[in-house]
Amino acid sequence: MKGSMFARGGAALGAAAALAFGGAALAQQPLKIGFVYVSPIGDAGWTFQHDSGRKEMEKVLGAKVATKYVENVPEGADAERVIREFAATGHQLVFTTSFGYMNPTVKVAKAFPKVNFEHATGYKRDKNVGTYNARFYEGRYLTGIIAGKMTKSNVAGYVGAYPIPEVLQGINAFTRGMRSVNPKAEVRVIWVNSWYDPGREREAAMTLISQGADVITQHTDSTAPVQAAEEKGVYAFGYHSDMSKYGPKAHLTATTHQWGAFYTKVAQDTLAGKWQPSNIWGGIKDGMIKLAPINPAVPKDVRDLAAKAESEIAGGKLHPFGGPVKDQSGKERVPAGKSMPDDQLAVMDYYVEGVVGQLPKK
Amino acid sequence: MDTLIAILIATVGAGTPLVFAALGELVVEKSGVLNLGVEGMMLVGAIAAFAATSATGNMWLGVAAGMVAGAGMALVFGVLALTLQANQVAAGLALTIFGVGLSAFVGKPYESVALQAPQVLHVPVLADLPVLGPILFSQQPLVYLSWVLFALVAWFLYKSRSGLVLRSVGESPTSANALGYPVIGIRYLATLFGGAMAGVGGAYLSIIYTPLWVEGMTAGRGWIALALVVFATWRPARVLIGAYLFGGVTITQFFAQGAGAAIASQLLSSLPYLATIVVLVLISRNPNLIRLNAPVSLGKSYHPGG
Repeated sequence: MKGSMFARGGAALGAAAALAFGGAALAQQPLKIGFVYVSPIGDAGWTFQHDSGRKEMEKVLGAKVATKYVENVPEGADAERVIREFAATGHQLVFTTSFGYMNPTVKVAKAFPKVNFEHATGYKRDKNVGTYNARFYEGRYLTGIIAGKMTKSNVAGYVGAYPIPEVLQGINAFTRGMRSVNPKAEVRVIWVNSWYDPGREREAAMTLISQGADVITQHTDSTAPVQAAEEKGVYAFGYHSDMSKYGPKAHLTATTHQWGAFYTKVAQDTLAGKWQPSNIWGGIKDGMIKLAPINPAVPKDVRDLAAKAESEIAGGKLHPFGGPVKDQSGKERVPAGKSMPDDQLAVMDYYVEGVVGQLPKK
Repeated sequence: MDTLIAILIATVGAGTPLVFAALGELVVEKSGVLNLGVEGMMLVGAIAAFAATSATGNMWLGVAAGMVAGAGMALVFGVLALTLQANQVAAGLALTIFGVGLSAFVGKPYESVALQAPQVLHVPVLADLPVLGPILFSQQPLVYLSWVLFALVAWFLYKSRSGLVLRSVGESPTSANALGYPVIGIRYLATLFGGAMAGVGGAYLSIIYTPLWVEGMTAGRGWIALALVVFATWRPARVLIGAYLFGGVTITQFFAQGAGAAIASQLLSSLPYLATIVVLVLISRNPNLIRLNAPVSLGKSYHPGG
């Protein structure tokens, strides 16, 4: 007991000395950064990409930062505990990487005004809470172009998790990309009502294949649809991460999320003391969305087509929802010559022309 | 017609893990033991099978590893609930939580490994039958084994002497003990068998159905197997019907969605649960038969001396 009192006293003395002898010693202290992940890191998927971003930032900034992460944190009360723990243990920057962390993040941020928070995919901001997201649909449009050229049956199958705007943007952008090169193409959608259930994702993919789809893509978290496509000898696109390992023949490319550059910038701004809360929605232009290496099975003219669209999207000349955009019922949502504004994109609740079936009503 | 055949082929595949796990649990419950650890045993079986198959390239070694691992988990439950007389519900829940964590921990290095999907086995002659051939006789070898298991379980429980003993242990362990039967020993055997079958169900998922390992990949199938046993009022044939019904409605609603049916997908997704419960409740609605089939001592600990 006595010993520990002495040790504590010593530490306090040391801290006082560090304060007294100025900023030089303090500057050596790395910036402590915390990451909260919603699922296990695994080998592919949403959290894997965030963790790759964390590692990339560590590589660039080296000893200037010290990162820590907690994986598999359920959205809700547990999340608040983990976020609070980070803030209370000297982390000056905390990334919370799932939509359901929104309210806990904002709540903890109020209690720790000196700590900077960045919340992924949310919409609530504060003096010390910024939000960030990526324009996943831009990548979807490019994979749609490749799908439109590679399909023989003119039917693509899409395994969806839940009919929320983010997923619908993907389905609609994919459909528009596909029909931009193949007006006969149609997209069939099956909702599995789960972000993650390999068995059902596979069943959904198999069903789509037996209904004539020869290109499969998904907005769920496992690699099961890619594997199902490989087994049945049709094509597939990965999502979140490069999934080519799970279907070397089937996997044409994937829409991948790249958070590294953004994480590095936020850390640098925090180090320099000039971080400001903002709402980042980055896309191909910002390097947040990239296509995985394209399968050699894709002929050169198709690659060129995708590459051209990629550079046009980056240059702002092409918008996946550039008018005219018609929904399934033929109603014009965006007139010719205009492109869809971000606030409309964010609340998308319909299928565009070319998607088969009706969207489940709320 | 082609669509119907495609649906039925997929139905058999989707129902098979439930057939294994639920038939195993049926035998366990018939001996008077309630093991809620099915989900955990399935997961541990799944990772053990995946590890063994990826190391050896042999599917059957994987199935064997899944069996052993599932039985090993059941042994843990047995020691807690049968030898130490812990509460069976609590011990079973703990087993599931333990299995989820253990499989995730052991499975970490296997997350990036991909396995080849095994080939289906066409039964000679029978596979060429119209309609029935592709549905029943062009399936994975493990699917045929699940039917063998069904026949064995049905025969064992209702036609064999040892089955009668097992059921008497589930009805009245005191009487069985008085007649000189080793109640705890019989319950151990039943529990181990249930664990081994849950392990095979997990193995089917990880090396055959979706040849990959990811944390929590059973996604609640262990709980569905448990529910099937109850709703099937502890009858093997009804367990089989329930498992295929559940798989069949799941697949059918996917087909309906893919074809563009104008029904809310949330409703469609809940259909397998609704349909299975409704059908099983209807075919088992005779209260006398329920009383007859339900093991009277289910979930109660047995003290040999007291």
